[in-house]
Amino acid sequence: MASEAHAETPALREQFDTEEQQKDASTLGMWIFLITEIMFFGGMFLAYIVYRGANPLVFAVASSSLNVYIGAANTVVLLCSSFTMVLAVRGAQLGQRQTIVLFLILTLILGGVFLGVKAYEWNEKFQEHHVPGPAFHFEGLPPELQGRAQLFFSLYFAMTGLHALHMVIGVGILSLLIWQARKGTYSAAYMTPVDVSGLYWHFVDIIWIFLFPLLYLIDRHLGK
Amino acid sequence: MTEHIDRVRTYALVFAVLIALTVLTTAVAFVDLGPFSVVVALAIAVGKMLLVALFFMHIRHSTRLTRLVVLGGLLWLIILILLSLTDFATRTWVGVPGR
Repeated sequence: MASEAHAETPALREQFDTEEQQKDASTLGMWIFLITEIMFFGGMFLAYIVYRGANPLVFAVASSSLNVYIGAANTVVLLCSSFTMVLAVRGAQLGQRQTIVLFLILTLILGGVFLGVKAYEWNEKFQEHHVPGPAFHFEGLPPELQGRAQLFFSLYFAMTGLHALHMVIGVGILSLLIWQARKGTYSAAYMTPVDVSGLYWHFVDIIWIFLFPLLYLIDRHLGK
Repeated sequence: MTEHIDRVRTYALVFAVLIALTVLTTAVAFVDLGPFSVVVALAIAVGKMLLVALFFMHIRHSTRLTRLVVLGGLLWLIILILLSLTDFATRTWVGVPGR
């Protein structure tokens, strides 16, 4: 057992034989949670595939109304946050408290930027009347196809909304980690929370890696 | 798991490739590839997913058990999508009385 272990963070719980076993159990547990998340998002991806297959042209037209440059820029922001997150985890592996705090704060800021851009995009949709509901109107489509365009935007809001909710939760987790890292809770001997939170953050990144092409990019050349 | 600490350079390289792939997928979306635009976009997304999972999520240093669980999860996702599509994709193939 590591001698520098903090009083409130026992480096080895009694149900585990070794620290290695304890670490593996935490990682595995997090992955199992992430797999339930994959299935959770998987249902929405399936709904998207089915409805897009049924309405390819309307989906292409509706998708092309999204601002691809903002979407791409936000993808870059999120990838940057994954990069800073992995550096925070690396800092934790090395037991460098300053590095952990610095990179967690950068990750938090980038996550906030992503959510801010998302809020801007959503606001734009409200102004354009592209939010599903009684006020919905997609210019250039005949009345009988408006419903199908609403279907695209319903999926858009459900999927990006669920993703944004995960980001908000991630921001909460990061804030907690920053607070604890500043107190000196984490060391090279005990950094599991930083590690598994990193897994969560990267997972949310991967979801966006798929949402971006599916919602913004596919059939863009058709929509014009 | 013996602790593997990757070099910052490795992470920076992976990050650079991820950004390059993002630019590529955006640029290629404006090119008319017909039905292949979906294939290309998803292939790039899968490539990015693999990079994030293998390097940033440390799958390449993970235990066999963890890798097996992750593969199992992806398998279930494939079952969810493919088996559901066997229904939705084939509904119009055969005329069903009363429909």
